[in-house]
Amino acid sequence: MKLLYTDVLIIGGGLAGLRTAIGVKRRGLDPLILSLVPPKRSHSVAAQGGMQASLGNCAKSEGDNEDIHFADTVRGSDWGCDQLVARMFTHMAPKAVRELAAWGVPWSRVRAGVHEAVIHGERVRIQALEGAQGLITARDFGGTKKWRTCYTADGTGHAMLYTLGDRAVAESIPVHDRREALALIHEGERCQGAIVRNLMTGELSAYLARATVIATGGYGHLYAVSTNAIINEGLGQAIALETGVAQLGNLEAVQFHPTAIVPAGILVTEGCRGDGGVLRDVDGYRFMPDYEPEKAELASRDVVSRRMVEHMRKGKGVKGRFGEHLWLDITVLGRAHIEKHLREVKEICQYFLGIDPAVDYIPVRPTQHYSMGGIRTDYRGESPTLRGLFACGEAACWDLHGFNRLGGNSVAETVVSGMLVSEYVADFCTSPEGDIQLSSALAREFLQREQAKLSRLLAATGEENPVALRQQMEHIMMERVGLFRNGAELQTAVDELRILLQRAENLGLRSRQPAANPELVLAYRLPKMLKIALGVALGALARTESRGAHFREDYPERNDRDWLKRTLYRWPESGEPQLDYEPLDVKQMELPPGFRGYGTKNIVEHPDTKARQAEVAQAQQRAPDRFALQEQLMPFRHLLPERYRKPNERLHEPLP
Amino acid sequence: MNRTLRFQIFRHHPLDPQSQPRLETYRLEESPGMTLFIALNLIRAEQAPDLNFDFVCRAGVCGSCAMLINGRPGLACRTLTASLPETITLLPLPNFELIADLSVNTGKWMRALSERLETWVHLNEEPDIDRLEAPMDADLAEQIYELDRCIECGCCLAACGTAQMRKDFVGAVGIHKIARFRADPRDCRDDAAYYEVIGDEDGVFGCMSLLGCQDFCPKNLSLQTQIAFIRRKLARQGWKKT
Repeated sequence: MKLLYTDVLIIGGGLAGLRTAIGVKRRGLDPLILSLVPPKRSHSVAAQGGMQASLGNCAKSEGDNEDIHFADTVRGSDWGCDQLVARMFTHMAPKAVRELAAWGVPWSRVRAGVHEAVIHGERVRIQALEGAQGLITARDFGGTKKWRTCYTADGTGHAMLYTLGDRAVAESIPVHDRREALALIHEGERCQGAIVRNLMTGELSAYLARATVIATGGYGHLYAVSTNAIINEGLGQAIALETGVAQLGNLEAVQFHPTAIVPAGILVTEGCRGDGGVLRDVDGYRFMPDYEPEKAELASRDVVSRRMVEHMRKGKGVKGRFGEHLWLDITVLGRAHIEKHLREVKEICQYFLGIDPAVDYIPVRPTQHYSMGGIRTDYRGESPTLRGLFACGEAACWDLHGFNRLGGNSVAETVVSGMLVSEYVADFCTSPEGDIQLSSALAREFLQREQAKLSRLLAATGEENPVALRQQMEHIMMERVGLFRNGAELQTAVDELRILLQRAENLGLRSRQPAANPELVLAYRLPKMLKIALGVALGALARTESRGAHFREDYPERNDRDWLKRTLYRWPESGEPQLDYEPLDVKQMELPPGFRGYGTKNIVEHPDTKARQAEVAQAQQRAPDRFALQEQLMPFRHLLPERYRKPNERLHEPLP
Repeated sequence: MNRTLRFQIFRHHPLDPQSQPRLETYRLEESPGMTLFIALNLIRAEQAPDLNFDFVCRAGVCGSCAMLINGRPGLACRTLTASLPETITLLPLPNFELIADLSVNTGKWMRALSERLETWVHLNEEPDIDRLEAPMDADLAEQIYELDRCIECGCCLAACGTAQMRKDFVGAVGIHKIARFRADPRDCRDDAAYYEVIGDEDGVFGCMSLLGCQDFCPKNLSLQTQIAFIRRKLARQGWKKT
């Protein structure tokens, strides 16, 4: 048995995993990154539009600060997020952008003087702020009060990932790529590493670590069509679930992005609409202002996606060979803008649709895009139930996004959570709690268990075809656990997924190759995926309300009285999956529950909301400045690592 | 009527002592909008469950799926079958270690390149991230982004004559990366430092200007311009040295 030791085992080599590794290394510990693919091929690379941070450098972001970013994020989450985490995040985002700026990301910069932009389909002229020339600029994104999304053309994720990937090389951080963590090693309630399969040779090894960090992204490919990279199958969440100890939070919170191309499901960035693009129907009519007069195409993603489907249900969709769709029109932006700021969009249109977006409309429809749910952690990124297991980025539910994520907050979250969680991980490792009794017997026990499963599969002659079962799962998720949900469909989904899980015990494989063997890989991943899919469906069935991206046709109201709580999903080692709930405390909220301002108000209020609103209003009158007010309502600074507690400088808020 | 495509796909499993490199033939009915990503997944699902190939983003941005498509390097995910004849031959990318079938280890090669050329911004000091960021000219930021767009897919190496002859040649990808960092004022290295890493025949002076890299770069990077530029700058540096 091959046994490796590292201080911190980081599973996942995307932005969150890389930044965590760098932070841990800088604290004098040895990290090791495991990744299914070379880190620069991670899904982070596909983030196009940008990263939110309240720098306030460009004209349309004048006066922006953490408070406004915080309020946008909480509203965006439909009050489902952890407000302490949202505070820590909005405080850190400017620091993260500035760190990346120094390390090499070529952020787009402010130009002096007057320049043209498109707002609500109209060309307008904007005067740059005095003194802002050369600072990092921002574009508009959905659900935000200010232009806050920092970007490099529409290759933001690429630029960030390459900078951090190269930084990790610079700091001599080892990466074991084309490796997959099959199971977490744990003794009772203490995680101690993972059993790892080499995807090239098939060999299994045990990696023992004082702390294990899961940063494997979301679970989009439980759905037949998703904007996610094909490696985002919920495997990180699944190995946490399979410990029987760790909990997953809010799995039912799944985001559908308004503009993925049809039929390939490849994303075209929200930056298209942020920069002034509009949505049109079969008649070429711009319909969004009819539904959402104020924000129109730039309402929150969940809202725009639902409005699009609503409009198609009225017969206004475009009927195509691959089903119905609507049009995204960016011709109004002009060729020069598209070829400079939306070049990936242009390439995608050219290669996958054979069209020129400077001339033609783009066929789009809402498509699975983001997993708000994930491994439940505290604000430090640690699982409250399985010590030594941490998670960050999209894989986690720590919980920044609640029931709907704002565009531009995910790449920001990856690096911010990496910066923070690495510090907490290092604190943990250097405390007595971080000690482990290295046990090769324990590692052997887990390794033999995994080896036995693989051997059984390689000899399996059952009747079920893993490809067919997977397709059925994807179909169930698309048809019954999608954008619009109801009790009957969800119950059917739960029943069908349970049957699939049983059938997955009777697989038959055609290939007996123990090394690089995609059929074997699918076979052992299938039950993992089904368990996560079942968690999404169970959570959605139980949640009899509509909040953010979770919309129940049979329960259209947001019900704070009964549902202002987080779903916790656990699967005890011997037994049935369980749902538990963790209440959100209205009395502690800096921003008490309110109306998001989309459609008509339909909220069952929480009994504590009124009292808290009054407290907050009173505090607002007394506080001398925004910092004092914030401190009084919900102190958070003491929770930050000491090095990150200082305020952020801005043009209009200089530091001494 | 849809065409029936005839795929000839390279099969070999180097770790399996019984395996012999060979071409196997698969037939598949073409459908509208079919890409090689869709076609290969169908072949795997229906005919060859153990067929290895690499896709990640399937949108032309991650650089995983480069292979030889009828002899020419390209990204399989965004290649439409409609742009190809009825017989489609797929081979793994040359110059990289073969994992199995169409899967090659570009990641390992690129990591080694990164270590060798030190492809990161060499900082004078760590930034104070509480303060305003250092300003940068907007045009310069765009120029750096333009040079930053390489996706490390390996097509330039596969199309390179020098790489066939010199196993340690850094390729267009390596020289272009030096151009990227050289253009970036945040990197404190000078030409002497760049000369150290690519000022020889395994670096910028090994290029024979056959232009294969330029012809097949899926991101249309101006590889030849950058190679010529760096060669001129480093030739001057070499002249100074002696």
